[in-house]
Formats: sequence, structure tokens, C-alpha cells
Amino acid sequence: MSDPAVSVRGLSKSFGERAALSDVSLEVQGGSIFALLGPNGGGKTTLFRILSTLLRPDSGSFSIAGLDPKKQLRQLRGRIGVVFQSPALDRKLTVLENLRLHGRISGLNAARIESLAASLLSRLDLLDRKNDRVETLSGGLARRAEIAKALLTSPDVLLLDEPSTGLDPVARRTLRDVLRNLVSHGEITVLLTTHIFDEAEAADTIGLIDGGKLVAKDTPDALKARVGGDVLVVETAGAPEASSLAMEISNAFGKDAGALRVVAETVRLERREAHRFIPALVERFPGRFISVSYGRPSLEDVFIDLTGHRFEEAA
Amino acid sequence: MTAALALTHREILRFVRQPSRIAGAVVPPLMAWILLGSGFGSSLKMPTASASTPYLAYFYPGTVVLVVLFASIFSNISIIEDRKEGFLQGVLVSPVSPVSLVLGKVLGAGLLAMIQGAALLLLAPLLVSGLTPGRLLAALGVLALLSLALAGLGFSVAWPLDSTQGFHGVMNMFLIPMWVLSGSFFPREGAPAWLAAAMALNPLTYGVAAFREVLTPGVGGLPPLAISLAVTAGFAVAAFLLPVLLVRHTAGPR
Repeated sequence: MSDPAVSVRGLSKSFGERAALSDVSLEVQGGSIFALLGPNGGGKTTLFRILSTLLRPDSGSFSIAGLDPKKQLRQLRGRIGVVFQSPALDRKLTVLENLRLHGRISGLNAARIESLAASLLSRLDLLDRKNDRVETLSGGLARRAEIAKALLTSPDVLLLDEPSTGLDPVARRTLRDVLRNLVSHGEITVLLTTHIFDEAEAADTIGLIDGGKLVAKDTPDALKARVGGDVLVVETAGAPEASSLAMEISNAFGKDAGALRVVAETVRLERREAHRFIPALVERFPGRFISVSYGRPSLEDVFIDLTGHRFEEAA
Repeated sequence: MTAALALTHREILRFVRQPSRIAGAVVPPLMAWILLGSGFGSSLKMPTASASTPYLAYFYPGTVVLVVLFASIFSNISIIEDRKEGFLQGVLVSPVSPVSLVLGKVLGAGLLAMIQGAALLLLAPLLVSGLTPGRLLAALGVLALLSLALAGLGFSVAWPLDSTQGFHGVMNMFLIPMWVLSGSFFPREGAPAWLAAAMALNPLTYGVAAFREVLTPGVGGLPPLAISLAVTAGFAVAAFLLPVLLVRHTAGPR
């Protein structure tokens, strides 16, 4: 086991009265992809801004590549590559000019910049666009150029804030492959924030963050295994109907109904072989619900299980 | 230093690729010069020491300074855009030092401002009698110092702001009055006491005076050249240190 690439101990940050982050601790294993998954406003961007050294935490500490930002800020900044949500490339400059600028302000010499830029641009499939101004690139290409820029200094850790926001599905897939490729070459550790379940699913480890707290941290499979069995989602006409229906299901079936939970206008049941339960449910409560759906637990189910509310209703 | 020069290079590339900025910095002061200068020239009575100078010629050095002021300011508006777009965040999380960051920006903005001011100096042989190459060169030197000072000032104004509207507000409330009260527009000697006092406290007064003195020596009513140059140099140094402190204060955890 290698040392953790990122180590976070008890980080807290408030903006006025609102606690954006409270007592978050986690470790990210070197050479892996770590996804911070959470709803907007859940605290993941605050954590991201602290880790990228833009924001000072109120309390707690962190280290990246073993470096403490309080003592070795410049060294630490030299070891991270950061891709923000808002593009950090100068749109009036070409891709190559942007890379050169970034290399020079990061203290690389000209010859090294040229060779690194050439190899990165070819790896990210940007060579034929290197002399185009960034303002002429599509969203997916611009994001890849951002990544090329962030990788130019050969960082130990690549931090990305919502990297697939605004990208079409093809560009998303390409981005995912690019990141996986980097990590599997053993060169780098990736920490990204996301509110997209699919994107988190492709990570090695997921940190679920909600209301400023880290509510779980595990592999995608292990997280899903926490949900006991399969999931039935019973959709009703509204929240009051869902509550009364849940009560009646519980009275009628007792423990057979598995774990019951009312989430907004739905009743959710988690139990083994949940599909066998559907006929009984339909016969017992005709016309009381709009639909019932059956599925293996998803990350969204995990989120609901752990926080008691749906993803989009958070914070 | 490499980092600073890289940022300076960026400023120049950006400027060259946005030609409208050149027009924006040079045309308004030129128009002000021709319209105000011609309009006031026929009705204004200049105080005795400056009486021999036609108003258009008196107003000319001030117009050059106005071009430099506008140009420095326009270059620094990009700080606000950079913050919005994320470029600035990218620079802040790189290992670049606050001194390099400010130096890169101020050198870039200052150089561009000076070039634009110098372009107006091409008119000097038509307006200034007995101009020698030496005096022109000295005028360029003063202009360089002024450009750096105003670029630093523009940086300090832009850094804490988060909207370009705010920048225009500050410009109208603070930078334009500073220019009006610098002796660019009317001489200090004829002004009422309270106005003259404000002008004496205005650091830009000394930059304009130095510029005027080297371009047209002996017009009178100005502080000694040595004092003007010293104050302007001090202004430039202060206008560089202030943004360094501002950046150091806001950038990153400590």
C-alpha cells in the first residue's frame, strides 16, 4: 500500500452562519480515482476549493503528496494540477500558447515545456488543434485542453471540479477514458467532484458528501451492497398519499415489506427478492399508486438510504 | 521573472487580438482634446505664467496622460474578467508568487499604455516649438514611469472588485477627478485655494508637471522637475507595492 496521496483531517468551513463543511476527514489512495459525490450545495466545491489552495479552512488540516499547505504552500501548488469548473484557459490565446504560459509561470524551462506539451497534446488527441484559439474549441476539446494544461507540470494529484458539466455524452465518455488511462499508467491520483451518479460509478472510491458532512466512503460496489437486497419504488399522487400508503403497507405486511421509507411522493421498499412482493402489493392496494418499479440498488438508493432524502432535494 | 514576463507576453497578445481596445483607449482622449481644447481655447483666459501658450497646446500633455490613464485602466479590467472566467484561479493555484503576478500584469498594462501614449507623442513636433530629440526621449521616460504608476493603480482598483460596472463607477468617481485635478486640464496657479490644495496633494499632478516640464521647459507655475520626478517615482513604487499586498492578503491559505 502506498501512502495516501491526499489526506484530510477534520476540515470545517463556514460562510457566515452556514456551515459548508463540518469536520470532514478522508484519505485518497495514491494511483486511484476518487469521486466526491454530492448534491449541489452539499459542500463538495468548498472542499475542492480548500484542497486546491484557493480557500482557507476554519479548522482542520490536509496534506497532498505529504506536503502541508501551511508550511509548504508553493511546493504543494507545484504538485497539484487543478481543473476548475469555469475555464481557466485564456480564450484569446491558442492551446499551445496557454500551455506555454502555464509552464512558464510554474517555473518550467522552455525546452521542457515544448517536449511535455507535445507529448500531452498527442496523448489527449489535441495536436491538430494546438494552434487554434481556445475560443474556437468545442466544450469537450476545451476541457481536454484544460486537463493538458493541468498535467503540464507532471502533478502527483489532479483535482477536477465537476469535469463533465456541460459536456455531451460522447465527450463525457472520452473524458472518463482519459482519466482512467492516466491513472492506470500509475502516474497520478485523480480527485474529482461530481453530482452525476454515472460519473461517480467509474471511480475507484466514492466519498458521499451531503450537508457539509462525509456520509460514506467506499467502492461503488460496496456502497451498493449496503442496501439490503433489491429496491421497489412505489410512486403515488403526492407526499401525503405516500405517507398513508407506507403506514398501511407496514400494517398489512409487517416485516415482510422489508425496509420502508417515504421519500417525497414515493414509498421505497428494500428487501430480498423484492420482485415477488409486487403482485401482493398491487392486489392489496388497487388504484392507490401510479406505478411501481423494481431494480437493483443504484447509487441514488444508497444516497437516500444514508441521508433520508433524495439527491435533488438536498440542502 | 520568467513568470512575470510570461504574463506580460499574455497581456500583449490579448491586446493585439482585440483591436477595439486600441480605439477605445486613444480615440476618446483625442476627441476630448480636440473638442474641449478648441471650445475652451477661444473663451478661456489663461493665468499669466501660461498666458503665452495656446490652450490646445497647454491641454496636449494632459491629453497624452489621459490616454495613458485610459489604457492602463482598460488593461486592468481584464483582472475582473479573469476572475470570472477562472483564468485568475488557475494562476493563483500555480506556484507563481504575488510579486511575479503583479509585476507581469503591471509591466504588460504599463507597456501597452506607454505605447498608446507614445503614439500621441507623434503629434508633438506640430504642437511644441523647439522640440529636440533629447526632450522627446526624456518625455518618453517620464511617460514610462507614469504608465507603470497608473497600471499599478489600475490593478489595485480592479483587484477587489467583482464586476466591470463597479470598475466604471470607481473610474468616474475617483480616476477621472484625479486626472482633472492633475494640472492636465487647467493650471494650478489660477485655481481657487481649496482646488489648488487638492491638486498639490494629488500624486498625478507631479507626473503631469514632470511630463510638461520636459516637453516644454520653462512654462512656469510648476513644481521643480526634481520634486516632480521624485514624487512620481514614489507614486510608481507605492502603486506597485499596494497590489502586491492585496494579492498576498487574498491568495491562498496561510
